[in-house]
Formats: sequence, structure tokens, C-alpha cells
Amino acid sequence: MSSVGAIVLYGFREAVRRKVFAVVVLLTAIFLFLFWLANHYVFRELANIQPPADVNVDTRTFAGAFLMGLAMFATLFLGVVLAVFLTLGVVSGDAERGLLQPLVVRPVGRGTLLLSRFLGAAAVSTVYVLTVYALAMLITSETGHWTPSSKVAPGLELAGGVVIVIALSLLGSVALSSTANGIAVFMLFGAGLVAGLLGSIGHALNSHTIQHASTIAAWALPFEALYQDGLRLIARDETGITGFLLQLGPFGGAYVHGWGIRVWAAGYLVIALALALVAFARRDL
Amino acid sequence: MTNALRVEGLEKRYGSVQALKGVDLEVGEGELVGLLGPNGAGKSTLVKIAVGLVRASGGRAEVAGARAGSRAARAELGYLAELFRFPGWYSADEVLALHQHLAGSDGGSEERRRLLELVALADAAGRRVDGMSKGMQQRLGIAQALVGKPRLLLLDEPTSALDPVGRRTVRLLLERLREEGVSVLLNSHLLSEIELVCDRVAILLGGELVAAGSPTELSRPRGVEVETDEGVRTVEGATREDAPRLVAEAVASGRQVYGVRVLTSTLEDVYLEAVGGETD
Repeated sequence: MSSVGAIVLYGFREAVRRKVFAVVVLLTAIFLFLFWLANHYVFRELANIQPPADVNVDTRTFAGAFLMGLAMFATLFLGVVLAVFLTLGVVSGDAERGLLQPLVVRPVGRGTLLLSRFLGAAAVSTVYVLTVYALAMLITSETGHWTPSSKVAPGLELAGGVVIVIALSLLGSVALSSTANGIAVFMLFGAGLVAGLLGSIGHALNSHTIQHASTIAAWALPFEALYQDGLRLIARDETGITGFLLQLGPFGGAYVHGWGIRVWAAGYLVIALALALVAFARRDL
Repeated sequence: MTNALRVEGLEKRYGSVQALKGVDLEVGEGELVGLLGPNGAGKSTLVKIAVGLVRASGGRAEVAGARAGSRAARAELGYLAELFRFPGWYSADEVLALHQHLAGSDGGSEERRRLLELVALADAAGRRVDGMSKGMQQRLGIAQALVGKPRLLLLDEPTSALDPVGRRTVRLLLERLREEGVSVLLNSHLLSEIELVCDRVAILLGGELVAAGSPTELSRPRGVEVETDEGVRTVEGATREDAPRLVAEAVASGRQVYGVRVLTSTLEDVYLEAVGGETD
């Protein structure tokens, strides 16, 4: 096994011991059951929903996209919980506990150590997010006979968003204690979500100021923009009043979208990781 | 041949606190050097700079000719931190295997078995760290520091959690390492331990090196004690060279001489004199 593999395994075993996986798996199982229940009842009652005669809404598409948007939000949230708990104490937390010092004096070095922890957390979180996303899509497809316009890209964007959060958490762990870092990353995550919702409200109200603030937030916190873009993609082909209603949100935003934000998200990830590496290299332990 | 450790004008500042004020120190090949000083003297900071955990504010530190903290330097050293912990869910054997991977050691299970034997943990290879006493963890820490046959071993308070038997095990281990040519910088509060095993001693106080040399070089003559039929008489200021004369004088004056002992200061005396009785 290479030194990278040894560090990845080390981080993985730490997460297993701290029961991070057990908690996340339990929460995921509960969520998926509730999601199935919601799908089951919503689609069963679909025939009884009668929109006004002059409003031409595709109720199945609206319900399917709305529920899938809800599932994407839950997947992102659970993915971020997993990612943050895997990484919040990688530097300061482990240094305070005396776990880090014996490792960083080895020839493998700080950079490899940090990148290995990143790779391990990113691999686990990506597999988790894609699995939950696929299961949610399967539930909606089986119970409601509705599938998103784009099936793969939204899952990848969700996973990308979680990977960015991992990089931010690692960066925070260099300077902040575990508790402070966890709080900071969750506040950033919350701020991103609020900014996304504000964007939806701003567009509904046609408020340029709110739209502008939301756009800035999307570029400053691109994990939110990737999530919003994923929401946009699941109902990409919907037009007319159905598409308009979905765009109103809360699960249908994406006013900053496309390849521009994806490329920026990749660049942002590289910058966050580079800053974490530089900060870690300069940190006295 | 280059020194295992060479420190020149080493400085470290933490905000307004100057932890090291231009320290010079060398640890030669196969030499065992003891680092002494009260808490806050800068001992741990010096060791941390040498292993690359802390960056120096000034001066130079080299391990086997390579800049301290560089990959080449880290490849030559083994380190036991004062405050360390291994993952509780790892067994002793797994801890060593992890460090073999990180150190690039190809010693395999044979090296792990040998190291556990060295620190008297051969029977605990499969025991989880969680289930070990503090002393056992400390000995495992020493075994971990020896992974990959380091040229320089830096031990920060390696016997602080050990009982007398454990301390003796470590002392014998250090003597064996010296025979094998491993250089050791031993940071410890236990003066008797340092006096017993170290070739040289360096005493730090307030970030400065206030004394250095072999225990013999550092010791001062404290007189000669002559035991006669009149009792024990201590001649202050006399040295080893004065002993024959003092015995001859006693015999000449009709005294029965039962013994003569040259008195020198202990390392404890030297230490207390150097630090001016300062404690933490």
C-alpha cells in the first residue's frame, strides 16, 4: 500500500470509529423511507389535484421535479454533514489531540497528508451523494413514473458541491479548532442556501438588488451555485407555466448556471486546496 | 562526516515571547546528548524546529546536513513528541505498519516484531492502543520513532509516563542504540537518567544555552573526604591531585586512614547552579 493509501485508510477508519458513517447511514435510511412515503402519497393523490382550468400545469412533472428537488436538498445536506465530520478536525483537531505530530514528521510530508485526507473524504462523500441521488431518482421513477430531464449531471454537480465544502472544511481546520471549524462551515453552507432562496425571491419579485446579492453569493460560494444548477437541470426541458412555477422555487433556482460557474467551481476548489496546503505548510504544530 | 544535528544561532519568537535566543548545538554521529532546562526554557521548541513541526524565526537547523523540516531531513529522523497519541482503534502492530508506510520503510513484519521486542511489547502486538496503559503507549511511541532505522532520534520526555522498570528498559535501549551508531537528542527532566546515559549535556535557560559539555566536564571539584580513626574530614577546595598528599599527611600525623573520596558536583548541582535555582 502506498503512503497515500495508508493515510486514506487511516481517515476512513477514524470516521468508522467515530460512528460518523453509522449516524449518516441511519439518517439516510430515515430520509429515503420518508421520501418514498411522500412520493407514494403525492403521486397517489395526483389525480385529485385540479389546477384552475385556465392554468395549464403538468401536475406529474411539477410534483416529480418538486420532490426530486427536495431530495437533492436533503442529499446535499446529508453529504455536507458527512463531509464536514470527516474533515473538520484534520489539522487543528488532530494536532490538539497529539495525533498529527507523529504523522507529519514522516518523509511523506504535510502536503501529501492533507491531500490524502482530502481524497479520502472526497471519494467517500462522492460515492455517498451519487448513491443517495440515484436512489431518490429511482424512488420517484418507480412511484411517480417521472424522471428528470437530465439524470447524471445534477448528481455530479451535487457531489461537486460537497467536494468544495470538503476543501473549505480542510482550509478551516488549519486555523480553527474542530468545533469552531464545524460551526463556520455549516454557517457558510447555510448562508449559501439562504442566498439561493433569496435569488428565487428576487427573481419572483423582479428585485435587481436581491438578484445581484444572490449572484455575488453564488460566485462566492459556488457549492450553492452547483446545487442550483443541478435543480435547473432536472426540469431543464419544462416550459410554459409548469417551468415557470418550478423556477419560482424553492427547488428550481439557478440564475447563475452553465459552464461558467462549473469552471469557476473547479478553480475555486483548486484555490481553496492550495490555500489550505500553504496555510498548513506554514502552521506551527 | 556531517553531524546528525547541527543548530546555529537558532531563534524562535511566538508573538512577543522569544522562546529561543540564538542557540548553538551539535549532536555528533552516535552521540547521546541530553537537553535540560526548566519548563519554558525552549527545549521542546528546539526539538520541534529540528523535526519540522515549528518554523524557526532565525538561525539554522540541519539534520544530517539537510535543512530541518525538509523531506531529506525528515527521512533521517525518528521523533517521539512530549504529548502524542496514537489512534485508539489501531493495534500496536498496525501503528508501526502505518509509520512504516509513511517512512517508506521496507522492514515489514520482521522490523515491527523486532521493535516491539526492543520496547518489551512483543506480547502486545495485537493489543489496541485503547487497551494499553500510558507506559505501554509511551514505549510504543519509542518503537514508532525507531521505524525505518533513523540516523537521529529526538525524544521529548520519553520516560515521563514510565515506571522504574520501564525507565530502565528505555535506558538500556538508548545505550544499545548508541552502540549501533544512532544519534539521540534526549529532552528530559530526569537528571539522573541523563547523567547515566548521555555523552554530553546541554542546559537551556530562557531560550539560551547556559551550559554544555560532558557530565564530567560540567562537574566541579567539591573537595576531598578523608576517613580516619578520628572520623570523616572534608577538605574544601582540594582536588583529586591533592588526595595522595592528604593521605600522607594523615598517616604522618599518626592517624589510621580508612578511606579517601574525591568529591565532585552531581549533574543536579551543575543544573541548579546553571539555572540559578529557577523552577517552573
